[in-house]
Amino acid sequence: MAEVIIQVQHLSKTFGTNTVLRDMDFTVSEGDVTCIIGSSGSGKSTLLRCINLLERPTTGEILFHGVPINAKGSDANAYRAKVGMVFQSFNLFNNMTVLENCMVGPIKVLKKDPEQVRQTALRFLEKVGMAPYINAKPRQLSGGMKQRVAIARALTMEPEVLLFDEPTSALDPQMVGEVLTVMRQLASEGLTMIVVTHEMAFARDVSSHVVYMSDGVICEEGTSQQIFENPQNLRTREFLSRFTNR
Amino acid sequence: MSPLPEANDFFGWVAWILEEYSGMLLAGAWKTMVIAVIATAIGCLIGFAVGIVQTIPANRRENPVRWFIVGLAKLIMNIYVEVFRGTPMMVQAAFIYYGAAMLFNLHMETFRAALLIVSINTGAYMAETVRGGILSIDPGQTEGAMAIGMNHMQTMTNVILPQALRNIMPQIGNNLIINIKDTCVLSIIGVVELFYNVKSITGATYAFFPAYTIAMVLYFILTFTCSRILRAMEDKMAGPDSYDLAMTDMLLGEGTMRIKPNRAETNADYRAHKEHGRDIGSREGGTD
Ligand SMILES: Nc1ncnc2c1ncn2[C@@H]1O[C@H](COP(=O)(O)OP(=O)(O)OP(=O)(O)O)[C@@H](O)[C@H]1O
Ligand SMILES: [Mg+2]
Repeated sequence: MAEVIIQVQHLSKTFGTNTVLRDMDFTVSEGDVTCIIGSSGSGKSTLLRCINLLERPTTGEILFHGVPINAKGSDANAYRAKVGMVFQSFNLFNNMTVLENCMVGPIKVLKKDPEQVRQTALRFLEKVGMAPYINAKPRQLSGGMKQRVAIARALTMEPEVLLFDEPTSALDPQMVGEVLTVMRQLASEGLTMIVVTHEMAFARDVSSHVVYMSDGVICEEGTSQQIFENPQNLRTREFLSRFTNR
Repeated sequence: MSPLPEANDFFGWVAWILEEYSGMLLAGAWKTMVIAVIATAIGCLIGFAVGIVQTIPANRRENPVRWFIVGLAKLIMNIYVEVFRGTPMMVQAAFIYYGAAMLFNLHMETFRAALLIVSINTGAYMAETVRGGILSIDPGQTEGAMAIGMNHMQTMTNVILPQALRNIMPQIGNNLIINIKDTCVLSIIGVVELFYNVKSITGATYAFFPAYTIAMVLYFILTFTCSRILRAMEDKMAGPDSYDLAMTDMLLGEGTMRIKPNRAETNADYRAHKEHGRDIGSREGGTD
């Protein structure tokens, strides 16, 4: 049995009077690829942002290796350094080159040796096919290239878990493939990933665990097979049929 | 001394003043520039410091102590900004200079007083500019930085301020030019800069129009040169439009170099893969 990395317990999030997440529970173990699917506004991004503490949960607990990370006094920055995040809008640092984007985190946050970091960064840039572009600035790259750099940046931190929030939603169709290829490769190598996505084919083929969310609650979860081939919940079925009928 | 020109001989007087007083004029212009440049630089630093403090996030519910301290600091900064933007620099100069002397028996050297006053004044203006510059940066930049574990200070110095600095370069230039002109109000506390010296010249010669014509030209030369230099700096900061494709073989010359990951023994097989990492993803072409 693989070690449990992240446990979300009774997580709720309220913005003002608007309750976006209620009483969420789920667990991510080492090597899991968890895909979170659900219609727009169901709270997927909010969940991911809570897991990375970009939003503070209103109530409930998030345990990282069994230790609560949203408790008072715990070091959010040190935690975030171990849990990477890839955004829909890339969020590459515009004032840095591709290589600098990858190197700044490990050097400034983890205080690693710059030369060692450089080698790590180059290896991951090579892996995502962006090594020739290390001197480019983000504004000089296409969306797909930016997202691959963003993945390399997250990987250079050598995180234990990598979160993806709709990494292909801002991309033109012909660039979606190049990013998904990278993500498939990472999944096959055993990287622990939590992926919010509307790419059902990716979710079906790659995930070890699928969570279907609706209106801030987990409607149904299970293995990829259970959810995609034999969904129990009516809403899950409706949601999935909208994708398969296209 | 060369003979005095006729009273209404404009060009004669200009030439005469330039001949007799060129040293004094140049010394004044130099002092003006030194004060303006140093005070603008210090003012920018003050502005950045205030701007950083004013954008520190603090949540009352999460950490009340921190919220209180940050709130107090922000209040003090706001008072500083409002007071120094809301009063004339000439009055500030007199207020600080004579106030220090009377209340604290501190008799400042006029040059130091000048630097202090212009810096504080510039800082108040720059604080607002910097705050605006910080707020104009896409919040995604901050989230990207936070997501890799940077704290507020690291986020500011590595990601936000370099971008904000580029955006506010025109306003920094503007401040420098304003300071070159406005140092003339420091003559009220006896700072010997360009305007002070021109006034002395008119006091000795009564050639008001020729002397102030020279002052106009000199001030204009100073500001115009600075604005051109700053424009060139802005262009340079914008960086080149193209980039070089790197040859991966060269970069990875020592591609076999092993990296010792220093994190806990998790994801072992993932790491094993990374060490013999294969290249994936499309690599064709420069433009997609
Ligand atoms: N900062 C915020 N303040 C107030 N409401 C918010 C905030 N962030 C999100 N919400 C609300 O929370 C709800 C869930 O948003 P969320 O972005 O998590 O949905 P999502 O499942 O990611 O949707 P999508 O597929 O469109 O990205 C929405 O109704 C949204 O309006
Ligand atoms: Mg979303």
